[in-house]
Amino acid sequence: MKRATTIRRKLITAMMLTSTTVLLIIGAVLVLYDVVSFRRELATALTTRAQILAANSTAALAFENPDDARQTLGALKSDPSLVLSALYDRDGRLFASYPDGATPRASIASAHVPEFTFGPSRLVVLQPVIQDGRWLGTLYLESDLRALDTRLRLFVLVVLLAVAGSVAVAFALANWLQNGIARPVRALAEAARRVSQDKDYSVRAQAMSDDELGLLTGAFNDMLGAIQERDAALGQLNTDLERRVKARTAELEALNRELEAFSYSVSHDLRAPLRHINGFAALLRDHIEQHLDDKGRHYLGHISDSARKMGQLIDDLLMFSRMGRQTMGSSEVDLAALVADLRGAHNADATHKAIVWHVRPLPVVHGDPAMLRLVLMNLISNAIKYSSTQATPEITIAAEETGDEVVIRVADNGVGFDMAYASKLFGVFQRLHRPEEFEGTGIGLANVRRIVQRHGGRTWAEGEVDQGATFFFSLPRDARAESHKPREAA
Amino acid sequence: MSELKRVLLAEDSAKDIELTLAALDEYRLANEVVVVRDGAQAWEYLSCTGAYADRTPVSPAVVLLDLKMPKMDGLEVLKRMRGDATLRAVPVVILTSSREERDIIEGYKLGVNAYVVKPVGFDDFVDAVKNLGLFWAVLNQPPPGSARRAA
Repeated sequence: MKRATTIRRKLITAMMLTSTTVLLIIGAVLVLYDVVSFRRELATALTTRAQILAANSTAALAFENPDDARQTLGALKSDPSLVLSALYDRDGRLFASYPDGATPRASIASAHVPEFTFGPSRLVVLQPVIQDGRWLGTLYLESDLRALDTRLRLFVLVVLLAVAGSVAVAFALANWLQNGIARPVRALAEAARRVSQDKDYSVRAQAMSDDELGLLTGAFNDMLGAIQERDAALGQLNTDLERRVKARTAELEALNRELEAFSYSVSHDLRAPLRHINGFAALLRDHIEQHLDDKGRHYLGHISDSARKMGQLIDDLLMFSRMGRQTMGSSEVDLAALVADLRGAHNADATHKAIVWHVRPLPVVHGDPAMLRLVLMNLISNAIKYSSTQATPEITIAAEETGDEVVIRVADNGVGFDMAYASKLFGVFQRLHRPEEFEGTGIGLANVRRIVQRHGGRTWAEGEVDQGATFFFSLPRDARAESHKPREAA
Repeated sequence: MSELKRVLLAEDSAKDIELTLAALDEYRLANEVVVVRDGAQAWEYLSCTGAYADRTPVSPAVVLLDLKMPKMDGLEVLKRMRGDATLRAVPVVILTSSREERDIIEGYKLGVNAYVVKPVGFDDFVDAVKNLGLFWAVLNQPPPGSARRAA
């Protein structure tokens, strides 16, 4: 509403300013024109009088009779605006004047042609007195401008009254006419307000004219129509999408349940026969211990080993599958403390060779503590395993912060690998060594990759045969706790 | 304790029964082991109903429960035991090949006393069963209430 009031006021102000200005200009021009023409009229009238007086004064001048001249001049007393009249002879001497004895303030030059001059408050006419082509002297007539002032005052008053009347009429007209513009604008503004406040796109502004405002209102309504349509389409699309997402989610959930049921049954049903093979092989060994030769013991050993190995494979595979499904926790994980802990666990196992450790400062990151522990455990145990053939195994653990990620690397000086097979390293059950060389099922690095990927990071490796290997994993920087500074590992 | 109470073994796999008995035998466990082949039978034995309606109503020293059994699974048997005033205090050990966390979590929620994943290695298995037998049938004093009922 406030906006509508403003536009109404603006419109009225504009119209009033325009009309008042125009009226004032017209009035001023009229007054000016009147002043100019009235002055001309005054001059003409005075000049005419001067001519008559001059003609009547010829005898008095010719016969040098000042009394006569005075009488002639005195005839002008009936006009109060004539303040002074005087007659000069051909030598420029004052011959006669009226009122008697009065002298013109200005020094009078002899005039051979009629002339008039407007002073600040008077009009002076000089008229040559001529008889039969003979110049006898000069007539001086001075009139005040009282008449002009009176007339001017009256005229200005009339003009002002007319202007005031016109302004009043103009205001009434403007007030009435602005409705034609302000009302549609107000209606449009009201519609726009409702649209923007209530997000109600079904609102339509009422078109009140077929001018530009009508056009604007029409366009506005069309736009609202288009928005309403699009809104509806969008809503429909959203509903569809939601329905589809729901359906897809249900599908995925069903699949996930199936997968879980599958791994559950693998865990139960595949392991049971293995346990039996192993168990009965052991019972058999106990049972025929005395009759068993080396070969028999060897075969039974293979049976047990294989069953145990398969059990391990199943466990690893199940863990790998769990890693992908398990919900991830997120908390601060101090990698330095984690590495120290893992090293401690290793050192407790005295069967290993002494290892030269180079542990650089490691950051505190955000992630699932158990999963990140598994990552580092896998990488460190790999490093220990594959450097165990060296005279002095060396393991380096370091972190580097690049633009938007933290890269952690675990390097050893062990057997390394051929970069040609680097792409296979992180695959499930992919191995670059025979089981007789190094134990393992080939699931560790696959788990590492899966966990790191679930944390939003990457994994890669560099190495050279017999020159050691370096395994890298990155974690996104936003996963890093800002409040902690890298700390030296114990 | 002059009289050793029985051990109830609920297990559907004949081979697992044989292995478990061999392991218990290895330890020369003095308790008598009652074997039932499914959850329903286990419940009948425990509640002295059905085929076991006539047995002396003495609660077993420990129940070794397999999880996956026909008719009624181990968790269901456990749930019923925990809902029964007489059987509530009887120690229950779940013996299974499952490493599934949800089984373990569910088992502990229902108040299982121990949860032993049957190791694939026979020696480990024997150790596990030995520890169980030792702990529940010999060393562990049953809660006073159940001891009085047993008397």
